[in-house]
Amino acid sequence: MSHGMDRVPGWRPWQVGLALLVLTLALLAVGVAVGSTGWSPPWREANALAQQILWEIRLPRSLGAWLAGALLGLSGAVAQGLFRNPLADPYLLGSSSGAALGVAAFLVFTGTSPTVADWALRLGLTGAAFVGAVGAVLLTLSLARGVQHTLRLLLGGVVVGVVMGAVAALVMLLEPDTLRAMQAFTLGTTGFLGWGSVALMAPVLALAWGLSALASRGLDALSLGDATARSLGVPMLAVRVVLVGAMALATGTAVAQAGLISFVGLAAPHLVRGRVAGTHGAWLGLSVLAGGALLLVADVLARWVWAPQELPVGVITAVVGGAYLLWRMHRQGSAS
Amino acid sequence: MSRVLTVWLAGLALTVAAQVSQVAQAAITLTDDRGAQHRWDQPPARIVSLLPSLTETLCDMGACARLVGVDRYSNFPATVQALPHLGGLDDVSVERVVALRPDVVVASPSSRVVDRLSALGIAVVVLDPRTQADVERVALKLGQMVGQPEAGPRLWRRLQAQIGAAAQSVPPQARGLRVYYEVDSAPYAAGASSFIGDLLAQMGLVNIVPANMGPFPKLNPEFVVRADPQLILVSARQEQALPQRPGWAGISAVKQRHICGFSAEQRDVLSRPGPRLGEAAHIMAACVRRMTAGQP
Repeated sequence: MSHGMDRVPGWRPWQVGLALLVLTLALLAVGVAVGSTGWSPPWREANALAQQILWEIRLPRSLGAWLAGALLGLSGAVAQGLFRNPLADPYLLGSSSGAALGVAAFLVFTGTSPTVADWALRLGLTGAAFVGAVGAVLLTLSLARGVQHTLRLLLGGVVVGVVMGAVAALVMLLEPDTLRAMQAFTLGTTGFLGWGSVALMAPVLALAWGLSALASRGLDALSLGDATARSLGVPMLAVRVVLVGAMALATGTAVAQAGLISFVGLAAPHLVRGRVAGTHGAWLGLSVLAGGALLLVADVLARWVWAPQELPVGVITAVVGGAYLLWRMHRQGSAS
Repeated sequence: MSRVLTVWLAGLALTVAAQVSQVAQAAITLTDDRGAQHRWDQPPARIVSLLPSLTETLCDMGACARLVGVDRYSNFPATVQALPHLGGLDDVSVERVVALRPDVVVASPSSRVVDRLSALGIAVVVLDPRTQADVERVALKLGQMVGQPEAGPRLWRRLQAQIGAAAQSVPPQARGLRVYYEVDSAPYAAGASSFIGDLLAQMGLVNIVPANMGPFPKLNPEFVVRADPQLILVSARQEQALPQRPGWAGISAVKQRHICGFSAEQRDVLSRPGPRLGEAAHIMAACVRRMTAGQP
């Protein structure tokens, strides 16, 4: 874990941040240029349809994918900092599955489909996902009897994730009519992200990021151990409550908009960790940027690889993210 | 005396031969869609159907009384709702199927239970209706199986007549309209190579999803906006949400409200490649007539 007192050889946070910003802008440009016909930059066709596709489909979709990835990157970094565990992520802690259960229950009981665009329903969907995510994290924490024991925590998370996923599948069986759309949702989908989703995710990202940045000094202290943190006068309970809340809010919002997307929350903090010397605050920010860039890449690939058909974006993040983590494990294994 | 005996013996031989040949005729042989051979001495009396369209086809041939169990989604005709429901594509209860002692199980190739049941020695006839040609073939085979070889061709002739009548009722100005049929909101479409695509073509409509994309492809929503359909067929619960999808408000069909939202019952009829295909054609034709009413 990198915190202020480490002297990790590497770049300064602002350098990495700048690089990620440039990358994000470049990816947004690519995202706007790739659609159902593969590579088709809108600046080449100047008709009304191309303009409409640019402004109403590709731009909000690309921004939405970035925002969902940023939310997941943030919640992954919060989880890893809070639980002092490099394997913690919203997926492994069960909170994604909890959010998915919330969404599934909401959809079945209101009789709507996951791609619903109505504003009030979207908000309700996000609320249900948030409740599910909080519930799952609390359940995991109580199963693991706190955060101290890494193995217990991860096992608890896996158990909660599997059980919540199974209950969500059961709920979906009640509604065979939407089974396919639900399946697409559990594989992660960015297809229908519009301005509504962007308008929902952007403030939530700002809020969750702000909250966790405020609490990140607590994380810095926490990385020195509980006792030291307490002796430094950090209100540990408040820090933990705020961070769990921010994590669940970020996870729930991302899941409600884009479905279950794995590995972004795990891989984004890993990508920036170890390259950067800095505080948790800097690390959180960089994880946000890395997560956004990751999901945006996956979204572009999802549209492009098999155009005009589409791959579920979660499948791409799982394949790419899984391969990346395997490679890292392999490198660490051969280095030691 | 010996002549009488000879005649009697000859008569006996003839009778026996006739009976043997009758038995040989009564034996039913069938090759299913995965190439497996089946043979029954009598038409199967206890049938389990694990696909709604196969259930409907069997009932249409008067074999409803022979059904002893169906899958979770079989709900037509109403009499099958009283039968034991044995699960869906992924979760058929093998034990309950076995306990029903069926002479034959009819199922789709995507049913996960096919190999397990075959291994237990139960005859599983796998049939895969995807296109209208498949519907004809499946009807033919099921007719043979229940011992009414004429039932299949009869059903097919009736369907063709109904589809033809429905197509006749479509007004000429509707011919050539670009149409998008949404199977599910992910969005999955019915392509030109599906049985739904066949029906759309017979109504004179032009599917925006070409045959080379497969029967039910998952589309990039932008594809639909770009293809700009003039008519959209979708579930009733999605109908209101279409204009709110990013960019969809500009689609011709959405602008002119040329959207047919189908109820769950109508969607059952439309999504099952079986004996209600004619009814499906009439539902489609009624939609097209409604949408083009009052237009030159």
